[in-house]
Amino acid sequence: MKYEVIVMGASSGGLNAIRSVLTSLSENFSIPIVLVQHVSPRSDGQWIRSLDIIAGLNVKEADEKETIEKGNIYVAPPNYHLLIETNRTFSLTIDSRVNFARPSIDVLFESAADVYRDKMVGIIFTGANSDGAIGLKRIKELGGTTIVQDPNSAESPYMPEAALSLMPADYILTLEKIAELLNKFDKDN
Amino acid sequence: MTSISISEIEIALLLEAIYQKCGYDFRQYSEAHIKRRLSSRLAISGLKTVSEMQFQVLHNEQFAYTLLHDLSITVTEMFRDPEFYKSLRQNVIPILKTYPFIKIWHAGCSSGEEAYSMAILLREEGLYERSMIYATDFNQKILDKAKAGVFQNDLIKDYTNNYQMSGGLESFSDYYTSNYNMFIMDQSLKKNIVWANHNMVTDSVFAEVHVIFCRNVLIYFKKNLQENIHLLFYESLINGGVLCLGSKEGLYFTDLKYKYDELDKKQKIFKKKY
Repeated sequence: MKYEVIVMGASSGGLNAIRSVLTSLSENFSIPIVLVQHVSPRSDGQWIRSLDIIAGLNVKEADEKETIEKGNIYVAPPNYHLLIETNRTFSLTIDSRVNFARPSIDVLFESAADVYRDKMVGIIFTGANSDGAIGLKRIKELGGTTIVQDPNSAESPYMPEAALSLMPADYILTLEKIAELLNKFDKDN
Repeated sequence: MTSISISEIEIALLLEAIYQKCGYDFRQYSEAHIKRRLSSRLAISGLKTVSEMQFQVLHNEQFAYTLLHDLSITVTEMFRDPEFYKSLRQNVIPILKTYPFIKIWHAGCSSGEEAYSMAILLREEGLYERSMIYATDFNQKILDKAKAGVFQNDLIKDYTNNYQMSGGLESFSDYYTSNYNMFIMDQSLKKNIVWANHNMVTDSVFAEVHVIFCRNVLIYFKKNLQENIHLLFYESLINGGVLCLGSKEGLYFTDLKYKYDELDKKQKIFKKKY
């Protein structure tokens, strides 16, 4: 098995981007997905429930100490950073904002890279800030596969561009192609 | 392994050194959290490896205390999660009104924002005069800050918002005096707050209390340590006492969950059974 986890980060415009990719995944998609979407600290999680219905996969907020399981999609809770432990469980913290964000994409990506190294995929989607760039670079350094949404196709190109300015990504793709690639990864696994 | 990755062996040895040298025990804290804090200190300090940090801990007292501060949890807010405070007013205050004297413990109070929030809430509910708040932390530096009650002005806007959304009855500005770039909490709010150095990881029960607040501290601990702390809390609460945890915390991993009723499932407010 090549890939054990896929991590995703998105900011402004991300709800549409994530919905588009998740709904295009094959029915029994099994690689666990962990994602950070910048939302208001007071978000009620309604958008997670809507994804759960649309995506046909099990989408849930990540709980502390929860073990990462196949076939699940985990979303960082609003106002907490989400980290991954060596034993494949989640940790939450309320540490200061990173890149003005909590949850921060960098925080998730850096901790995931340390654990999964070359057995993971990191994806940066649309956004109007630079969160996730350092994290994606870290994933690349430790042998993971990196994907950046094609800035030309992103609602806000700044975040993909910020990531690409730090590192050459393995793939620069539209949302449609990202979903295709992930389905291929899952099939080959 | 790249040069910037940190060996888990080195981290374990460093935490052991801190424990033996300073008596503070971080060995049962979440590893991802510790790793993140140490990486940031490593980058700032100019040291190359965690082993070098260990040497510094053993031979440089100043560095050891810097590291202790790095590893302690210092992020807090006034009226953080306004819905929680709303629930306190509705579900917990009526219980507290039945007691002639009320003892409250803020465990891991950090810079004291939650203790001040509770003091304000108690005052508005007419309970402050018969209440005693014990606000404890192991980090003396942050405890001194809490005691001073002086905060940065740029926090006022968020705190005022939180206060209003929590169902505050007055104007938040009634509770502080603003001065240049700082604001200071009203002195009368401190009258019944006792600030004390207590380490919940290594110290034992110190009082019997009606309410315990420990919000967003346990998430930093591994399961075994969480269990120990839950036992400490259980033993510290009177029968019918109230335990308040953070929004993503619970009693999942401990049999003690059967010894509490849920007063508010979403806001993580629990009542110890009689």
